[in-house]
Amino acid sequence: MEPRNNEGLKPGIWREMGLTDAEFEKVKNILGREPNYVELGIFAVMWSEHCSYKTSRPVLKFFPTRGEHILQGPGENAGIVDIGDGQAVVFKIESHNHPSAIEPYQGAATGVGGILRDVFTMGARPIALLDSLRFGSLQNPRTRYLFGGVVSGISGYGNCVGVPTVGGEVYFAPSYEENPLVNVMCVGLIDHKDIKKGTASGIGNPVMVVGARTGRDGIHGATFASEELSEESAEKRPAVQVGDPFMEKLLLEACLEVIKSGYVVGIQDMGAAGLTSSSCEMASRAGTGIEMDLSLVPRREEGMTPYELMLSESQERMLVVVKKGTAEKVKEIFARWDLEAVVVGRVTGDGMLRLTEGEQVVAEIPAQALTDEAPVYERPYSEPEYLSAVQELPVAKIPQPVDYERVLMDLLSSPNIASKEWVYRQYDHMVGTNTVVRPGSDAAVLRVKGTKKGIALTTDCNGRYCYLDPYTGGMIAVAEAARNLVCAGAKPLAVTNCLNFGNPEKPAVMWQFRRAVEGMSEACRSLNTPVTGGNVSFYNETRETAVYPTPTVGMVGLIEDLDYRCTQDFKDEGDIIIMVGETRMELGGSEYLRVAHGLEAKGRPPKMDLELEKKVQQAVLESIKRGLVKSAHDCSEGGLAVALAESCISGGIGAEIYSVENIRGDALLFGESQSRIIITTAENNVAELIRYLTVMEVPFTRLGTVGGRELKINLLDPGCAAGRPRAVINLPVSEMEKRWRGAIECLMK
Amino acid sequence: MKFGVVVFPGSNCDADCFNAVKAVLDQPVEYIWHKSNSVEGFDCIILPGGFSYGDYLRAGAIARFSPVMEAVIEFAHRGGLVIGICNGFQVLLEAGLLPGAMRRNDSLQFICDDTYLKVENADTAFTALWQPGQVIKIPVAHGDGNYYCDENTLKELQQNNQVVFRYCSPAGEVTAQANPNGSIDNIAGVCNKQGNVLGMMPHPERCAEKILGNDDGAMLFKSILAAWQRRVK
Amino acid sequence: MYQAKIYITLRQSVLDPQGSAVTRSLHAMGYENIKDVRVGRYLVVEVDAAGREAAEEQVHDMCKKLLANPVIEDYTFELVEV
Repeated sequence: MEPRNNEGLKPGIWREMGLTDAEFEKVKNILGREPNYVELGIFAVMWSEHCSYKTSRPVLKFFPTRGEHILQGPGENAGIVDIGDGQAVVFKIESHNHPSAIEPYQGAATGVGGILRDVFTMGARPIALLDSLRFGSLQNPRTRYLFGGVVSGISGYGNCVGVPTVGGEVYFAPSYEENPLVNVMCVGLIDHKDIKKGTASGIGNPVMVVGARTGRDGIHGATFASEELSEESAEKRPAVQVGDPFMEKLLLEACLEVIKSGYVVGIQDMGAAGLTSSSCEMASRAGTGIEMDLSLVPRREEGMTPYELMLSESQERMLVVVKKGTAEKVKEIFARWDLEAVVVGRVTGDGMLRLTEGEQVVAEIPAQALTDEAPVYERPYSEPEYLSAVQELPVAKIPQPVDYERVLMDLLSSPNIASKEWVYRQYDHMVGTNTVVRPGSDAAVLRVKGTKKGIALTTDCNGRYCYLDPYTGGMIAVAEAARNLVCAGAKPLAVTNCLNFGNPEKPAVMWQFRRAVEGMSEACRSLNTPVTGGNVSFYNETRETAVYPTPTVGMVGLIEDLDYRCTQDFKDEGDIIIMVGETRMELGGSEYLRVAHGLEAKGRPPKMDLELEKKVQQAVLESIKRGLVKSAHDCSEGGLAVALAESCISGGIGAEIYSVENIRGDALLFGESQSRIIITTAENNVAELIRYLTVMEVPFTRLGTVGGRELKINLLDPGCAAGRPRAVINLPVSEMEKRWRGAIECLMK
Repeated sequence: MKFGVVVFPGSNCDADCFNAVKAVLDQPVEYIWHKSNSVEGFDCIILPGGFSYGDYLRAGAIARFSPVMEAVIEFAHRGGLVIGICNGFQVLLEAGLLPGAMRRNDSLQFICDDTYLKVENADTAFTALWQPGQVIKIPVAHGDGNYYCDENTLKELQQNNQVVFRYCSPAGEVTAQANPNGSIDNIAGVCNKQGNVLGMMPHPERCAEKILGNDDGAMLFKSILAAWQRRVK
Repeated sequence: MYQAKIYITLRQSVLDPQGSAVTRSLHAMGYENIKDVRVGRYLVVEVDAAGREAAEEQVHDMCKKLLANPVIEDYTFELVEV
């Protein structure tokens, strides 16, 4: 372990810390000497995949990052997008996968804590959280333990801080069995003038540590996140930190107050790699240095070494650089909230991160060497071998269902489609009194108090599609997120993403990663939703099994006038149902194949035509703004039939549908063709709506009418559309609701 | 009429209560810091929801010893209007201004959802604008809302008409199924004997504006103002 | 210096949902002989008091006022000199 005093480094110790021999040589070159133990620890953590993005950086360059609304792109604690009137939205998504696999409650809770700090550190008040979660099968007791633990961890932390959890997604697939994914997104609101960044400028300015005391928790969490999970991972339990949401709430209020006071120069969360990353990143951004006396850092435990102080990942701490002469004022503000704020050092002009213990220098490293000079790897990539086998889908051999009602009921009770009420009932999704559209719709909508504006939020990714074809899957993740926002009546503005993949040292995983990013970039460009940042999580892999490539997209949209918001529920008897977009003969990657035919991931995902997507979204958004649309719902997992059922259930009303069977009935009702939105309109607006859709040159089909207590679906013979319709589904809404609403709760009992 | 919203460390519905008073009544409202030892000049005190002191130890247990609580207790004894919502209700119980105590929800899970309430006592300053027996929809959000008191206390509450709200079905039936947390006698809110102190788990401030999809809670704030106007006349 | 080890549980007459859940789980795991589980809190409090009696009185006092809620909770404690 840690050597005492002036003992030299144990040969090869850098490998235990996660550095390669070549990286160690580079460290020696930078310093012009051998590093001591503290310095080596600092390099190891800053050059870990988690902190340095050494593998992903060259690929992330594909993302478009600029646009008219973007105030802050990647590189800061969070992205910022303009919403007019001098206001902006600050947002970011981040993973906490590895900690959650080891200790689900604390892993998820501290994930929430970290992302909240990333947002309020920029001066924004957090107004919403969303969670994108992935687990194995709920039949497995361990999955139930992980799922239950993660949900209560999110609930325990978010509810206590008082930021509503308004949305997200949950999927279950075998590939996540040992590697659950916990991606948390936070959204904050800010006035442009209050934006603060993580920079340490102004030579001589005091550097302060504020918030919780430092303990030995989570030492090497960042390196831990950069390794595959193994049997020994459980032994590394100390790497999981414990969160204190009460402390976080105090820190949140105190930080916002101190930022408003004007005393702050720069501020940053001590996230992964704690004091190390916050100090060198802040110095590096400003081109300055930072000098800190570690003996001044308030601590929770006795006898902590400089190494432990620098690498501790104790939660609820911030590093703040304040204007000269204001430290006492800042202390007073924190004291009002019963928090400690201590000056531990100052900004210097020599670009060095210099750490002392009293008078004695214990580490001295050029700050930029830790950030900008971190190694970058162009890792080899090649198409995975599994791909051609899984993409093959002999459709002719798949029998068409005899009982469509049964298939629909099975789909509605599949945990991937069933109501997530069991989850979001445990989240306080109303605190803040901004939640205008609650969880369970395509997108959550929050009002911006004092204006007519609303913000629409969603997260999206279908990992199965990405496994079958990461390029198309990546495009669909972006397109569907945007479509969800459009269904709420919002204009999609910008993206944050959380890229969850396996071990990138394997060429097949690297290929998935590149292709997914390329696909997402293409869609982001096409839909004009630039990427403002996010997070990459590699090594989601156990014993050779990697998770499905899961590039989660978090998206923010703007509703200019909340009077023209839209929800998915069918409203009134007699409203006309129209499907915008078109259904193709596509079954690959569908939930239907899994549920009805036991094919978990087979075929090619649905085609993504970005030109069509754009047209559909524009046409629907404009129709909503013109007040022609009473409900709008994206057609996704489970296809048309499930989308119709969901609109019936949430509206508490039935519908009668007539559809020409011009392709296989199962593809027509359960296929997952993209770029489709189900809208309804009042009968007296039908003509105008149809005229408009025609002018916009988007394909659309009139499906039927809202009404009654059942969902009735009838198929018409394409050769003889005037002939007798074939009734394939006639189900009471109440029965569908029971199955859909109760499925997850039933599995969790 | 001047409202005061107490801010404990960890309160997180303080701003929501503040906004509701502004939005519904447009009356003066101010925050009262927990270290303050006076509530002079206020006509109604709101103890908001949240997790005061993290709810570590027991919900409301530590907040009850905040300096401001002495002033609030004295204010209540003088007949001042005090309403505790959610965590505020827990603080009132711990402070002894209302009888009973809160246990973990019987599901052991935090629950955030709409509930239907039956207005059992429409004679209080907080409920006077509702009809007796009226069914209203107000959301809950809590992990410790399982109200408990011993049998004698329960009898007393019933005899004195101190049960103000009961959880019920949308049709107004007080059933076990409509009870979200296991509260004894489906109790969602109680008042003191004098009727000037109300504690309730559901959040009226979360459903006080139309834009939020439900404004049933607005009536509570309007009732308070009406009662105060009657009083000062 | 004394150390008080304080145990706080729900009173016997009060339903303990956590305890019931743990009992059910234990039964499901095969520990059928488990009759009842009460879940509570355990606090270790260091008291710098003049004597045992004074310490005891203080601990009783703080239990009644803050640490336990007498409406639903019982407490017991052990006091050891350290």
